[in-house]
Amino acid sequence: MMNKINNKKTSLYLNILLIVIFAAVITLLDTNVIGDAYVRRILNLSAIYAIVSVSMNLVNGFTGLFSLGQAGFMAIGAYSVAIFTVPLAERAKIFYITPQNPVLAQIELPFVAALLLGGFLAALVAIMIGVPVLRLKSDYLAIATLGFSEIIRIVFTNIKSITNGALGIKNIPTMPTMWVFFGIAIISIGFMRLLITSSYGRAFKAIREDEVAAEAMGINLFKHKVMSFSIGAFFAGIGGGLLATLFATVDPNQFYFPVTYNFLLIIVLGGMGSISGTIIASFVVTAGLEILRFFDEPLTLFGISIPLFRPGLRMVIFSILLMLLVLFFRNGLLGQKELSWKLIIDLLSGKLPRKKTGEGGGVQ
Amino acid sequence: MLKINDLHVNYGGISAVKGISMHVPEKSIVTLIGANGAGKSTTLKAIAGLVKARNGEILFQGENILGKDAIDIVARGVTMIPEGRKVFVNLSVLENLKVGAYLRKDNIEDDIKRVYDLFPILKQRAWQLAGTLSGGEQQMLAVGRALMARPKLIMMDEPSLGLAPLIVNAIFDIIKEINKQGTTILLIEQNANKALKVADYGYVLETGRITMEGKGMDLLKNEKIIEAYLGSSKK
Repeated sequence: MMNKINNKKTSLYLNILLIVIFAAVITLLDTNVIGDAYVRRILNLSAIYAIVSVSMNLVNGFTGLFSLGQAGFMAIGAYSVAIFTVPLAERAKIFYITPQNPVLAQIELPFVAALLLGGFLAALVAIMIGVPVLRLKSDYLAIATLGFSEIIRIVFTNIKSITNGALGIKNIPTMPTMWVFFGIAIISIGFMRLLITSSYGRAFKAIREDEVAAEAMGINLFKHKVMSFSIGAFFAGIGGGLLATLFATVDPNQFYFPVTYNFLLIIVLGGMGSISGTIIASFVVTAGLEILRFFDEPLTLFGISIPLFRPGLRMVIFSILLMLLVLFFRNGLLGQKELSWKLIIDLLSGKLPRKKTGEGGGVQ
Repeated sequence: MLKINDLHVNYGGISAVKGISMHVPEKSIVTLIGANGAGKSTTLKAIAGLVKARNGEILFQGENILGKDAIDIVARGVTMIPEGRKVFVNLSVLENLKVGAYLRKDNIEDDIKRVYDLFPILKQRAWQLAGTLSGGEQQMLAVGRALMARPKLIMMDEPSLGLAPLIVNAIFDIIKEINKQGTTILLIEQNANKALKVADYGYVLETGRITMEGKGMDLLKNEKIIEAYLGSSKK
């Protein structure tokens, strides 16, 4: 008992320490004391990836719906920010081939409003496609959502008076501080965590485990699936909106369907059903994709140029990593566990968590 | 409490249940026995609203619940324990119990305590994942999870399936205990011997029709039943 209380106190202190360190590091980066624009950009991108990956994990890992529509929902959020936050004066310059829709050309929204609007639009579209599509199971659902994501991209390429087509929208106002990305990431992920630990979250997990049993418990399968799917889409939209302001430009090709595979890789790596695992994997994968960039550049060793090193090798390496992961570490980094100080301390002191305590038939 | 009149259920073009009628009085244990494919599970699923019946009548407390949603039926106080237990293996024992109380908005602490009193082993394993429990413990969890909804009627689909004989005895003791505490039970079983011993009344289902019915003890002595379901023990 005593031990437990001590553990709780230690965890609390360690948590406070962690938050302080985190805030300090972000502030130092923000004020340009450490790091440079490149590091900041990668970290901001990681924070965005964390939001989208957790949102995808909510749908795929916690509710057990194999959905691959994330890129499409991100596109909706990104275009909402792009269309509504570019200053009115610059609109004509951007839409120089096809003029912008006269109604939209007069609307400028503050960033937060445009971001939320993007989230809600993504959620609305998710409900609209979810109602027919969520009756499908596993791989059929994956194909349908993947198709949807492509449809969104193609539609956005073609409604030129709204999205400026393949030219994309440039000059999106950028954010002066990393806190925008990290703050929104913390709020979004915090919200999804609350949702998952609530009775709705338990219902999601019950549906993932066994639909028949869940229904027999009185859980409305369809309602919860649509709910999980649309909340997942909302935060993918938020992530997309942040991406637009980070890059200051959007075009349809940023939301080509392989983008979704990055998030799939992240949630498989971090653990389907683990929020903390997903966050860690988001940073590892985003940074990893940058670090592995030297594979894409021609390499000359001792005067011999190695023919393998050419653009695209990075993705080959990534694919191989993904295959190894699926073959040997199917549960990912954390499986369905959440990272806690207890877990870290146990790991460090060599007390690996007990796996199964199956003492069969211990009933009488 | 539950009255079924001329229930028909089809799967595609094949009729699985061909007009059965039965009655489950309040606070009783009624069993439906029969061989594989006789239509036992289909009957239960039709009552629970998990499959749609073609026609007939299912009266629960005087109201026809045929064609109602599964959720509505659970809310009225009918809970099913599906065949093969179907506990949520990647959820902890406590989470499983909480899911069982999903439709309730009131305080569930007392009910959790009640389940723990019935099954002390579940309290010990509250934080363990349900998948790490033994078969018998999982069955107990399935029963406990069903109790969390505070049902008036619990329907059990083959609770003894795949369990060791000693555990089967324990499960049947629990069924009697829950019944004594005031819950009506509709039990379907292949283990006819055990089921008829605890049941007040029994029905025998053969290829979608009820071929025999009677008090549990009477059916146990019935020669046809001894021959077909209990194994011949005349010599």
